[in-house]
Formats: sequence, structure tokens, C-alpha cells
Amino acid sequence: MSPVSASRDPRDRGGSAQPLLAVRDLTRHFVLARGFFGLGRSAGVVRAVDGVSFTVAKGETLGIVGESGCGKSTTARLLMRLIEPDSGEVVFDGESVGPGGMELREMRRQMQMVFQDSYASLNPRLPIEDSIAFAPIVHGVPKARARAKARDLLAAVGLAPDQFAQRYPHQLSGGQRQRVNIARALALEPRLIVLDEPVSALDKSVEAQVLNLLLDLKRDFGLTYVFISHDLNVVQFVSDRVLVMYLGRVVELGPVEAIYGAPRHPYTRALLASRPSMDPARRMTEPPLTGDPPNPINPPSGCRFRTRCAFAEAVCAEREPALAGAFAGDAHLAACHMTAAGSGHSRAPGRA
Amino acid sequence: MTTTTVTLGNDTATERAPAPLAEVRDLTVRFVSREATVHAVNGVSFTLAPGEVLVILGESGSGKSVTLRALMRLLPPKRSIIEGRVRIAGHDVLALSPAALEDFRGGVASMIFQEPMTALDPVFTIGTQIAETIIRHEGVSRAEADRRALELLELVQIPSAKRRLAAYPHELSGGLRQRAMIAIALACRPKLLLADEPTTALDATVQIQILLLLRRLKEELGMGVIFVTHDLGVAGEIADRVAVMYAGRFVEAGEVAEVMKRPLHPYTQGLMGSTVHAGLRGSRLAAIPGAPPDLSRLPPGCAFAPRCAFAEAACRERLPQEKHLPPRHMARCIRVAA
Repeated sequence: MSPVSASRDPRDRGGSAQPLLAVRDLTRHFVLARGFFGLGRSAGVVRAVDGVSFTVAKGETLGIVGESGCGKSTTARLLMRLIEPDSGEVVFDGESVGPGGMELREMRRQMQMVFQDSYASLNPRLPIEDSIAFAPIVHGVPKARARAKARDLLAAVGLAPDQFAQRYPHQLSGGQRQRVNIARALALEPRLIVLDEPVSALDKSVEAQVLNLLLDLKRDFGLTYVFISHDLNVVQFVSDRVLVMYLGRVVELGPVEAIYGAPRHPYTRALLASRPSMDPARRMTEPPLTGDPPNPINPPSGCRFRTRCAFAEAVCAEREPALAGAFAGDAHLAACHMTAAGSGHSRAPGRA
Repeated sequence: MTTTTVTLGNDTATERAPAPLAEVRDLTVRFVSREATVHAVNGVSFTLAPGEVLVILGESGSGKSVTLRALMRLLPPKRSIIEGRVRIAGHDVLALSPAALEDFRGGVASMIFQEPMTALDPVFTIGTQIAETIIRHEGVSRAEADRRALELLELVQIPSAKRRLAAYPHELSGGLRQRAMIAIALACRPKLLLADEPTTALDATVQIQILLLLRRLKEELGMGVIFVTHDLGVAGEIADRVAVMYAGRFVEAGEVAEVMKRPLHPYTQGLMGSTVHAGLRGSRLAAIPGAPPDLSRLPPGCAFAPRCAFAEAACRERLPQEKHLPPRHMARCIRVAA
């Protein structure tokens, strides 16, 4: 398989200026049933993903971070249409995905996913070579060619084909299985890969190997990544831009240097400050935040972070802050009344 | 407890230290089945002073959790063979009778786990579970036990503690559950707390709260703590001393600042090189090649040799000796000049 660079990709339509992926107002709520067999009134609504918008440029890695229940994995599944959104739009290289636009089958040729649980995402009864060749065969590639390509891909992810092709998932270590999952995601020659906590279940020494592999593959195959993780250090390492989620909403979005160097949202600041330091001389004495992330069922009014925020004022409960930059055309966006001029928050800058 | 000074294994500075809380010498654990014998722990020795925090760092399969469980004899007795000597607060743990073992667990040493949801009983309230532990060990009245349970929830900083006594485990968030488990573990004022990755399943903002809580509790109660983790950052936040474990052995041990600043063993160096942190963007990570060894077929020499960039013939022939460097820094590597 010869590496293709993004610029020469014949499937490219809008040129490099057009985002490969544009997500507008993506929303998915889960209604909780009450009582036996789901009878009775609804017991609440989980606002798992609530009006999330972002774009991913061609060849870029967008990192998505947040704590459990923030909606990052639901976002990944919505992108892949593994669950249907309630509303909102996903546009792949200029074409809207769904009825009247790009068919799911075509979308999944171009967009693939790698999951956290490397064992659960492989068929335990198939040799890994067959697992990798499965999707291409379904999509009409002749069997012999699909198998040959599966072996090439095994070599590309660092598993010697002669040694590994006929093995079953249980005969591999966690790191090796995750390499197989990456090879399988590559089998349809996608342009974008959604990686949902791909290294979180791996040991540190193996995590480093897989991260290096992901960077190599991105370069060799001209890929674009959406990289989801709870690990701030890993996201900083791989991402060009970073999106921070809290209870189903985007609280901050911007270039990786800006998010890590000059975070604007108090949640992002607390999240970054919570990272344990490897230097025992710089131990923390006070936790940056108290309490757990609240339950996404019936989240707080206004700004969802206000219940844990040290700077919350009346305006934070009344109105939800909009995701906005500090000036027109600013690539660094935050959803906080403290950064919005004239919001009514005592720390907000004056109107320019 | 011994009053004479003993110099043990990898610990050379016991002269001025108080009598150790825990002494472990040549601990080995094997799991025996018809197919294979798994050598999970292969000669671990250390001492722990009262009030000291030892962090055992290692990856999955390094034997860190098995070591911890062996200290409380929580391993399945029919399938595991534990050898060596374990003395905790004067008790010869490996020789305890079943009844004495029950008093020892919770009374002298207690343990907290990664998954509070599986460690707590889902059908009893938090208050009942704490009170039961106290009644079992101290024979006090129910009213006294309930009063102590409330105190304990306040000690672990559970907000609206009185209301939370009546809560079932599933009604609590992950962080509160972990606090409740800590409260149960501390119910009978143990001298030694064993912590098996208690913050690994928690969110970042909650993990640091629990680490700070454990640090404060250790100070207030004067317990010794042995804390098992794979996370260097967690070790940096809580450890007095660190022991790095690989294939069932301590390959490096020392004071936390010393080990973090001057790692001696190539495995420790590799672990630090492969840990992602700020400032590495755009560079390749210095990953350790290969995978940890199969514990049922350990090589005769240094178990890390097959993955080590500096390995030579002597490494594969026999196990490297412990080399000791001042202050209290040990590494099992032939490249270290003692």
C-alpha cells in the first residue's frame, strides 16, 4: 500500500481550506424511563451531547478532553452514526452525512474508529488477519487482495505478518491488540480516524509505542484524527487543536498552545492544575476543584460549571455563556461570562 | 517487635530510625496450576517505618498488586504459595491462624481498592458497613459504632455526612464512594494502610482530591502506607520512598526525589522516557521496545535484559545483585557502580 498524502488524495473535494469534518449543533439526549419495564413517566433526561459544534481541518488532529460523563465518547459515536443524533449536522468534506447527502456506507469508508477496549472490539473467533480483511471484503474487495492488504497493514503497525496473521485476539497482548484495531481501521483507507481513548487501557511503556505509531501512520497515510482522551498529557502530545467538554457542552476550544499555555475557562484551568506533578518538590496543597463532576441528568441552569466554579455569580445561573473568542476571528474560544465583554459578570472585560 | 537494629535487604539506614512498622524479607509468590507455575513475586525485601509512604510503581503483571495482597494474605490459599517473612507491627503474618488473621485484617492493616463499587457491599448502607466493621473488631455498642461512623465520614470529608450514612454505594458518585471505602478501611485505626491503585479509576479533578486526603490522613493518624500505582505523577504527589517493580522484583528503590531525579535502572529511565508530559510535543517518545516477560517462563538473568538497550552477556547469565548508593538508593543493574 503506497502512502498517499492528503493533498494528492483523489477523494479530496473542497481543497485544503475546506474542513474535512464540520459538526454543527450536534445534540443527543437520552430519556430515562422510570418504573418497571419502562412504564410510567420519564425520570429525567441525560443531556449527553448538547449543541456541540466544531470543525476538523484536513491533516489536523483535534483532541477532545473532559471527565467521565462529559459526552466525549457519545460525540465520537454520533460522528460515526453508531447512535443517531436528535439534531445537528455532520458535514464530511463539504457533503452533509445522512438522508439526501452522503450515505453512511460511503461515510464509513472515509471515517473509521478505534475503541478503548481492544479485546471487546475484535471478533474472538476470527484470526486477526480475517478481522482486518473483513470490512474490505464487505465493501467488495476480492478476498485474496483484501488478505494481502491485511498483511501489509499488520506490517505497517509493527506486527510481523508471518508471525501474527493467523493468531486470535486472546493470543495477543493489549498493546498488540490495539495495533490490530488500528490496522483494521486503516483497512478501508479512511481519511479520518476517530480514536476513542485508544491508549488508556495500555501500560505506560506500551502507550508510548502506540502513540509513536499513531504519529507515524498519520504522516505516512495522510490521515486526520479526532483523538478523545481523559489524559491531558496525551492530548497535549498528539493534538493540534483541543476541545474541552463539560456536561455535554464545549467550554473551550483552541490551538493546543493556547489551551495549555493560556487557558481561559476556569474549568480548563482547574483540569490542567489537577495533573499530578512528577516533582515531589512541587506538591499540591489544595485541590483545584472540590466535588465530583455532577450527574449529566438535569444539569444546572445557565453555565453548567457554575456549581463547582469559584467565580460563579448570579449571571452564571441566569444565562448560559456563548462559546466566543476574545476578538473577531479569534481561534481560541471559551464559554465563560468572565471572558465575554458586557456579560454582567464583575470580572468581565469592558466593552471595547 | 524487635528492639535491636536490623539491617535488612535493601534498607541500610535503620540505625536511627524507629522500629519498622513492616519488614518484608525474600517474599516470593507463585501461582501453581496444572499447566504452569507463574512466578509473580520473586524475592522482595523492604522495611517501612511508621508514618512512611512507600509507593510501589510498576506496570500490569509486574507483581505489585500480588505483593500487596500477600501482605494481608488475600491470595487464594489453594493456588498460591507464599514464602519469605512478613512482619507487620509485631505480627508474623504468614504464620497467623485464621482467627488471628481476621483480627489482623482491618485491625492492624487494611486495604483500599481501585473499584469501590466492587469492594463495597451493594445491599447495605455506608453507615451500616462502617459500624459493622467497628463492632466486629472492638465489640462496642451499636450506638457507639454509629457515632464513630459519622466521625469517620467527616474525617474523609464527605459533605453532609449525616445524610450519607444512610446512602447505599450506588447512590454515591465515584469520588464519594472512594472516600467511603477509605472510611471503612480506617474504621479500626489500622497502623498500616495498603492502597491498590485507589485513584486510577477516578477523574483527574477527583484523583488529586483523594491523593491530598490520603496525605492528610496519613499525617493525622500516623499510619504507614504502601501505595501501588502505575502512575509516576501519583508517586510524585504522595511517596516518601519509591520502589520500581519489574517481573516480580524491586529493580530500583529509593527516596522519591532521588529516584525521580536520578533514575539508575534502565527500566525506570525507560518508564520516565515513555511517560508523556508537557514539552514533548512534536518529538518521538522514547518508548521501551517489546513487552514484559511471561512470568511462567522467566529468563535466568535480568528479566529486563531482552528489552534493554544496554544488555550484555553477563545480564542474561545471572541475576544482577542489588547495588546501593547513598542516600538509600538501590538498583539491580550491573551498570550501576556501587
